[in-house]
Amino acid sequence: MANPGIADNQFLETELNVSAKRTETLFRILFMVMAGLLILPVLIILTTLLVKGSSIISFDFLFTSPTDGMTAGGIFPALLGTVWLVGVALIISVPVGVAAAVYLSEYAPDNWFTRAINLAIINLAGVPSIVHALFGVGAFVIFFGFGTSILAASMTLAVMTLPVVIVATRESLQAVPQAFREACWNMGATRWQTIRRVVLPNSVSGILTGVILEVSRTTGETAPIMFTGAAFFIPVLPESVFDQTMALSLHLFVVSTQVPNVPEALPYGVALVLISMVLLMNSASIALRMHLRGKKKW
Amino acid sequence: MSQAPLQRTGNLPDINQRNADWYIDKIVQYLVFLSGISAIVLIVGIFVFVTVEGLGFLLEDFSFKEFFLSQWWEPTDDDEPTYGILALIAGTASVTGLAMLVAIPFSLGSAIYIAEFATGKTREFLKILIELLAAVPSVVWGFIGLSIMNPLIIDIFDVPVGLNILNAGIILGLMAAPIMTSISEDALKAVPDRYREAAEALGGTRWQVIYKTVLPAAKNGLLGGVLLGVGRGFGETMAVLMATGHAINMPGSVFDSVRALTATIAAELGETAVGSPHYQALFTIGIFLFSITFIINLTADLIVRGIRKS
Repeated sequence: MANPGIADNQFLETELNVSAKRTETLFRILFMVMAGLLILPVLIILTTLLVKGSSIISFDFLFTSPTDGMTAGGIFPALLGTVWLVGVALIISVPVGVAAAVYLSEYAPDNWFTRAINLAIINLAGVPSIVHALFGVGAFVIFFGFGTSILAASMTLAVMTLPVVIVATRESLQAVPQAFREACWNMGATRWQTIRRVVLPNSVSGILTGVILEVSRTTGETAPIMFTGAAFFIPVLPESVFDQTMALSLHLFVVSTQVPNVPEALPYGVALVLISMVLLMNSASIALRMHLRGKKKW
Repeated sequence: MSQAPLQRTGNLPDINQRNADWYIDKIVQYLVFLSGISAIVLIVGIFVFVTVEGLGFLLEDFSFKEFFLSQWWEPTDDDEPTYGILALIAGTASVTGLAMLVAIPFSLGSAIYIAEFATGKTREFLKILIELLAAVPSVVWGFIGLSIMNPLIIDIFDVPVGLNILNAGIILGLMAAPIMTSISEDALKAVPDRYREAAEALGGTRWQVIYKTVLPAAKNGLLGGVLLGVGRGFGETMAVLMATGHAINMPGSVFDSVRALTATIAAELGETAVGSPHYQALFTIGIFLFSITFIINLTADLIVRGIRKS
């Protein structure tokens, strides 16, 4: 050997190295399997829904009313009801949520009061959905006198999903570089002009991501609307926000637990439609987010 | 070089002038402030409205001993209605407990794999999949418990009823796992890379780095994630209503049907007359649920923020 100071086996692995490597591989595989096991059952479930539910889905299923005590026919009133509920909830929660995020991102000083607001947002997101339902009954149905109506149900949904909008919007507002705002202020713009012309236009797609996510969340919620405005079965379609309505999520609960002699494919079909809507909107939100990340200029 | 003093030319507006823009700015400032405090108003509002509706019961029929220590929930008994939620608490706790046994190892393992082992496309793919899992609505999970898990449990364990703690626990575990995975992954991501580099420079393998350095550093964030999962489990309604069997029982084994606090409200509120003791008792359960989840969320937030500061 040319280098007498270095032993032959200097760069060979010791037994300790080998066993450490083996442990690492072991854990890598263990965790990979765990991640796989987390995802696998859900894929199986989705496949089952698809296999058992797709046979019933047709144009008629989507666009006719339930018949024969909800054991036959379609889901149109429930589908339309969900669109009503989600739409009205959005009209209420998006302006309030975006404004709240603007306050938190653009105006709020860093003090105990702002921390209290943030804490309230976190807690609002963690309130059980059935407690939101109780709140909806106490506040909107009884106190404000909306009765069991789309308005009361949508307001309950809006309260429930408000944190989603606030958090997503605040994040995309804070992603706008401070230099943009400073440049605008230096032109003599007021704070609101800066927000209106610079901050909001630069974060509108990020806000949209949050809104789509909210739509998806709202679509699937059942407990908050059960007592505030959604009904098991209503023969007529809703005409105003003061009517009651059917809803897709509640309809799934009803046909799978409350109605006797339902053909097996029917609840699978309802579940498939519901989960497809939710997952499609979520995927859209994710796709939009990734697209934005790809083309960000700063 | 001397500079000529700036000269005002033309009719520049006085900068102190309160024009329309100034007033609009002020109005908007108040409007966004009002929206900004909406979360606080709503949290207080929820507590107030739920309490007000339950107040009659709290003042008259409520007895602390009966409410928390009796296992007899018989609000519709004509002679002597009893309002004991012990069995309901036991139901919620047993289902949540089993759910955590399922969710904690899997979500921690997945989070470690995603944050520390997986790279590039695999990581992105897994993250998206986990996010989609978190989006599955709870009523769909309940339906899965009812129509897929139920016959499966009857077949495998040879028990008469498949709607029980085991069913609801697994369902709830699968529901909570994606959220816990993303929170745990955030916690692991928050550990600075220099910790890992230092440990690697000492010759540690990837696993040694994770085990000895990353996990201890992320400890609080991981604990916060688990707590949020527990909070979710306590508050979950539809899935628990559909998969537990909804029978009042002090649970003895995982094959017993139980009934949860949330599910009781969901199942009975529609059948009670507004203002009746039964109706008010359900709102009292609501106050209890709200308080429990509030404390859990608050603790989780304090723990998570504790590490951010240090």
